[in-house]
Amino acid sequence: MNTYIYIAVMAGVTYLIRMLPFTLFRKKIRSPFFRSFLAYIPYAVLSAMTIPAIFYSTGNIATAIVGTVVAAVLAYFGKPLIVVALAASLAAFISGFIF
Amino acid sequence: MRKHFFKGMKDGIPTALGYLSVSFGFGILAVNLGLTIAQSVVMSATNLTSAGQVAGVGIIAAGGTLIEMILTQFVLNVRYSLMGLSLSQKLDSKFNTFHRMVISFGITDENFAVAYSQKGDITPAYMYGMILVSMVGWVFGTLLGAVAGHILPSALTAAMGILVYGMFLAIIIPPSRKSRGILMAVVIGALCSILIKYVFTFISSGFSVIISAVISAAVCALLFPMNDDSESDTPKEGGDA
Repeated sequence: MNTYIYIAVMAGVTYLIRMLPFTLFRKKIRSPFFRSFLAYIPYAVLSAMTIPAIFYSTGNIATAIVGTVVAAVLAYFGKPLIVVALAASLAAFISGFIF
Repeated sequence: MRKHFFKGMKDGIPTALGYLSVSFGFGILAVNLGLTIAQSVVMSATNLTSAGQVAGVGIIAAGGTLIEMILTQFVLNVRYSLMGLSLSQKLDSKFNTFHRMVISFGITDENFAVAYSQKGDITPAYMYGMILVSMVGWVFGTLLGAVAGHILPSALTAAMGILVYGMFLAIIIPPSRKSRGILMAVVIGALCSILIKYVFTFISSGFSVIISAVISAAVCALLFPMNDDSESDTPKEGGDA
């Protein structure tokens, strides 16, 4: 299938999700369950997308594990996004000379 | 009017700088998975969402169905609906339906957070300025990443495939230390995803994210209800966010 069809479908769905409530509704969601559900979704999504995909992200599981450990440790200590990401990438690159 | 526009642009700069790096990682990932530079840039310009786009290129690379794409985008991005609802409470009277329809395109986690933190009502000019600047960062970063993915040596671009996931870890790990609910959402989401990847192998990657995220968020919403905005909700015991 043409990649641009996928992109158009993605863009359409994402736009409608953003546009409809913002344009049409004026009330607040009150259900504590639903509010909590929506609040947890980003974390659950990012976690499910990252693990285990991160271990295959460099084409070499050994270097990916090194990069993941470096990223996890730096993230744990609250380092900025870009520092965590670049350090993970650098660790994967350097360990590529060993593995 | 003009003052609000420039204020919005100024407030959008930190977001744009953050986007520059995330979308650089996305650009690398997209061309690693077989998209062209143009396709990567068009996707960023029309979608403006990191998780949705990363999942999207995965589905495209795997030749997934459009149904899978629609459901994945819905689940990954449905939080923007809630942000739109919250933000709709803070709008200046200049916001007519046309402004709402245009500005809704720029509702992202970061733009929402910046706009929502403003004192008083927000004007369309402010939002246009902020969204414009943040979009430039997002699209330009994608272009840089996609071009770099084509011209840098493959050993380097392979290692850069981890960039975007490293950023995701940097987003989810720090709040997991502070909130038990978020920690559980992260752990359950990861466990479901691993289980599907290695045991329920017939489930494709897009559906895996949907199923994992819905199970995880539902369990956590039941066990650890959040009270992020207390004006209409009464506090509950057990909530820790």
